[in-house]
Amino acid sequence: MSRNRELISKIGLRLDGRRPDELRRIRCKMGVFSQPDGSAYIEQGLTKVLAAVYGPHQVRSRQKAQHDACIINTQFSMAVFSTNERKKRPRGDRKSTEMSMHLQQALLSVIETDLYPWSQIDVYVEVLHADGGIYPACVNAATLAVIDAGIPIKEYVCACTASLGNNEVPMLDVSHQEEILGGPTLTVAALPMSGKIVLMEMSQRFHLDHLPKVLNKALEGCKDVKAILDEAVKNHVSEIGSATGWANTTS
Amino acid sequence: MFTTKCFIKKNKIGNFLKHVREHYIRDDISCGIPSCDDCNAEASSHLNEVHLNKCSLFKFEHFIILDTNVILDQMDVLEEPIICNVIILHTVYKEVKHRSLPIYKRLNAVLENPSRHFYIFVNDHHKDTFLPEDKNELINDHNDRCIRKATSWYMGHVPKRHFVLITDDAKNRQLALADNIPTCTITDYVKHLENNSILQDKLSRKDFHSEKEAKDIFPPHLSTAALLKGIKEGVLHQGTFRASKDNFLEGFVSVDGFTEPVLLQGRDGLNRSVDGDIVAVEVFKMENWVSPSEIVLEDEGVSEESIEDVEQKEQALKNTTVQEAEIKPTGRVVGIIRRKWKQYCGIIQGNSEGLYQIFVPANRSIPKVRIETRQAEFLKTQKLIVTIDSWPRSSRYPHGHFVRALGRIGSQDTENEVVLLEHDVPHSQFSEEVLSCLPKLPWIITEEDEKRRVDLRSIDICSVDPPGCTDIDDALHCRLIEEGKLEVGVHIADVSHFIRPGTAIDLEAASRATTVYLVGTRIDMVPGLLSSNLCSLRGGEDRFAFSCIWEMDLQANILSTRFHKSIIKSKSAMTYEEAQLTIDDQTKTDAIAESLRNLNKLAKILKKRRLENGALVLASTEVKILMDSETMEPLDVELKKMYQTNSMVEEFMLLANISVAQKILQEFPDCAMLRRHPTPPASNFDPLVKAGRHLGFDIQVDCGRNLADSLDRAVKPENPYLNTMLRMLATRCMLQAVYFPSGTLQKEDFYHYGLAVPLYTHFTSPIRRYADIIVHRLLAVICGSDSTYPDLLDKQKSSELCQNLNYRNRMAQYAGRASVAFNTHLFFKGKLNDEEGYILYVRKNALQILIPKYGLECTLYLVKKNETTLFEYDEEHQTQRAGDVVFHTFDPVTIRLQLDSSNIQHEKFSVLLVQPAIPGFSVPALSKDDEQVNDAEPVKKGKKRKNIAAKSPKKSKS
Ligand SMILES: [Zn+2]
Repeated sequence: MSRNRELISKIGLRLDGRRPDELRRIRCKMGVFSQPDGSAYIEQGLTKVLAAVYGPHQVRSRQKAQHDACIINTQFSMAVFSTNERKKRPRGDRKSTEMSMHLQQALLSVIETDLYPWSQIDVYVEVLHADGGIYPACVNAATLAVIDAGIPIKEYVCACTASLGNNEVPMLDVSHQEEILGGPTLTVAALPMSGKIVLMEMSQRFHLDHLPKVLNKALEGCKDVKAILDEAVKNHVSEIGSATGWANTTS
Repeated sequence: MFTTKCFIKKNKIGNFLKHVREHYIRDDISCGIPSCDDCNAEASSHLNEVHLNKCSLFKFEHFIILDTNVILDQMDVLEEPIICNVIILHTVYKEVKHRSLPIYKRLNAVLENPSRHFYIFVNDHHKDTFLPEDKNELINDHNDRCIRKATSWYMGHVPKRHFVLITDDAKNRQLALADNIPTCTITDYVKHLENNSILQDKLSRKDFHSEKEAKDIFPPHLSTAALLKGIKEGVLHQGTFRASKDNFLEGFVSVDGFTEPVLLQGRDGLNRSVDGDIVAVEVFKMENWVSPSEIVLEDEGVSEESIEDVEQKEQALKNTTVQEAEIKPTGRVVGIIRRKWKQYCGIIQGNSEGLYQIFVPANRSIPKVRIETRQAEFLKTQKLIVTIDSWPRSSRYPHGHFVRALGRIGSQDTENEVVLLEHDVPHSQFSEEVLSCLPKLPWIITEEDEKRRVDLRSIDICSVDPPGCTDIDDALHCRLIEEGKLEVGVHIADVSHFIRPGTAIDLEAASRATTVYLVGTRIDMVPGLLSSNLCSLRGGEDRFAFSCIWEMDLQANILSTRFHKSIIKSKSAMTYEEAQLTIDDQTKTDAIAESLRNLNKLAKILKKRRLENGALVLASTEVKILMDSETMEPLDVELKKMYQTNSMVEEFMLLANISVAQKILQEFPDCAMLRRHPTPPASNFDPLVKAGRHLGFDIQVDCGRNLADSLDRAVKPENPYLNTMLRMLATRCMLQAVYFPSGTLQKEDFYHYGLAVPLYTHFTSPIRRYADIIVHRLLAVICGSDSTYPDLLDKQKSSELCQNLNYRNRMAQYAGRASVAFNTHLFFKGKLNDEEGYILYVRKNALQILIPKYGLECTLYLVKKNETTLFEYDEEHQTQRAGDVVFHTFDPVTIRLQLDSSNIQHEKFSVLLVQPAIPGFSVPALSKDDEQVNDAEPVKKGKKRKNIAAKSPKKSKS
């Protein structure tokens, strides 16, 4: 009865050679632009995202301004060349708007907004290549960019996807190929240190019995991502520090 | 925790899109050899260094590495336990999966067997054996390169062990030798093994070279590229080839663009297609179209070389006149798109000596197959399995190889095995894992159980089944609860209580899908402890049941319906006959008798109402074979007797099924398991309408209601059996009823045509049908007595499950029929009887005759070989005339039946006409003395008995 779409082969490897609990390769770089206050570039597998942060600066439209906190303005866009078939427009469609809102939600949970009343922070993310897990890559990139901008945050906010392979094995960080071959995708954005979940989204239905194990897998993934981001931040800081002669230059 | 070294880009062109995919290269992949210290021990590796392969071609013991084509072609050899310790490279494994799913499944079975010591080495993700594709390199060359690379890696990685690469590709071997890799072909390898004779027989004969220059007797096939181009341009058409069962030189292909299947005739027309193959056909110009020949032709070829008799028969085929009205699109096969060759059961023809033998498949739509064997004498006594490997242009028959022997021809066990295999019925013993899911004995009902179920043990419930039934899955009760109000209960064995989702026993039952009934034996869907004991609602024992309870008025209108799980104690397990006697015996006034009488009354009302709604009464010849319990030989064949009580039980089962269907659809609109019976397309009814017209009846087929009415009207007093025959014919026009999950179809398509109800499902036989178990689980969720599980609510999974259930059910049905047919044959062995029969179809050179007493169909040939015929065929009125005698469809005849055992390899009925008497053709009726075993009498004596016409034929004893 098994159809021709086993996501995990007999020998326990996924189509691209990963094991079910392995993330794709993550490479990231902070401070990629000089113009914005903070910026970052992240690659998760083949998904590539750029993020830029401006601010905090004065609120542009007075109506939105808040007296006790800063507002966070997010804009999500996808490069027209980022998918297999060229997209008609990079932003403004429903999906982009939704993505922007979800991104805002994630960032609101960590940024110490009450430090900047009457101010605004702009976060721009641009997907250069989409290969599954766009939202997590955007969240992770935005986190790095916010850190690069020196905006105080409570802790990292990281995101990760998880799915169910062969209808029983939870697997981490789904690629585009795995997404289209089926299997529901659970996207989770979380605060890995405190274990709080900021956002959770499902692409399809699966039976409730599966939820705990898939969710756990996704949370584990968030922790793994956090470790990688943390490493990158430390490297970045020591690099900058060494350039200014501030840190010891053993690295 | 993860290692990602680098990735490659993979381009896949389709609509000119560029796909880039990641490909991770790992350093944690084990070579799988137990004594290797460099790799982590791999638990999944079955490789073993004690049972290494020995082959006289190589001086050392070795592991084997195979290339893809060897696996695809030689699976039968690989399945033999002689070859073990084989390393399957992942490159090869993936390609096998891509190229042939059946072979892939068989390979997996071998891989899972620890005693075969097979191991998958993931060479394409291993850091040392991964090779990127070169530009301009063909995929095949790349794969070969990967295989060689992996082999030489193994040689370097474990220097103390040896490895042999087996490939039939000469270029690959050459390149391997250049790298110092020991290599050979599979044929050479097998030839140099010890004890190789079995293996040699099993070698696939793909690379066949004819010994002498044979002339080509088939036209060539076009190349794949030419076929694809032709199909794209619409010059050629693609479709599945269906061989005719009656005429080996005829077949059909259904293709898009033609409403009717395309007719293919003769050797050139069929051009080496085998039933089931996907072929490309060229359709002739309209003026060359012909009609199907209506003649019955059997392949009587004895050897591979001679084709004279085929040419003769082709001539006969051409000479048949074209029936203008019956002209069909005609064409010829120009190429094969995909072979659908399987394994076939059959026997050796047995009239030739030597290495080459002709194999005759049991399935008449499959051509004979030439095989090579070194054990011909033994195989001639056996039923065997053979598979086809190739069909060269110069060979009259396809070439194949022997797979395995099933047992002696004619023995009951062998025949059952053949029937089961031919119909793909899983019939191995239940595994330990499955048996471990059974409840422990003694089985007791706990207080917990009593709390969760309604206790109905005090109610007078009884079951009514055929005699000898041990898997009783339904029981009934009926009692008066107040004036004019009856409570009726249908209690079904609670199988889903014992078979929990996802357990080994559940998976096994889902795969088996149904219990298969053969004559004298039964292949259970669930182990005997459940089917014949704990689930079976035996009389006088406490059993778990799922109850469907209605309140009805005396006019059988349902006032309310409820479902719940219960504990029942059947007061009596009766046969249909016993129940009938109880009802009829007015002196009996106990609760059971009263309840049966009430049920019977209600059932009659229900049935009447159902028929008024347009439900069809169809007929089929269901026969029962009485077996001698000791010798297991059939004693007698008789039609199944029907009592009122049969129909009584049936009505309530239908009602329960309908009620449950409504309930589960209401609660699970997306994934309720239902059963539908599609309305047949009007063209399906052509034979019925035609037959009706010849008899002067107008059969209306536009809807079920009209069909039912017109069948009711089609009665001729002088031929009481005629109506039954018509109904039988109607049955054959129907489509199969199928299971489906409700979410996959539109509501209009849920309709059950045969029963004329908008919703139907199967609830009442969970012991022997898996669909019912699913329905029980759904209903249990609704009643709150059980919880759901993921697959139950998954539309996709349910749909896959339904496909399997439908397939297995169909096959089980065919298997049952095949078993009855074989036993009927056995019954006729050594008997000589005159039997009454009816003409089912009138054909150009034969009459198809049905003998209702045995449910047997046979062919009476009207034209003997090399003789002129006495008969005149009237195509338009479907009659055969000889002098004064005219044969119409459905006319009664008396025929003499004898099993022609002159060739034990291929027994068949010889049929002679007794009545009506036709001088020069029919034979006299048997006198009482003749009805003895008379083996000495030659069977074919048609020529001798010319002038003996029977004047007063006697009826044969009934
Ligand atoms: Zn090793």
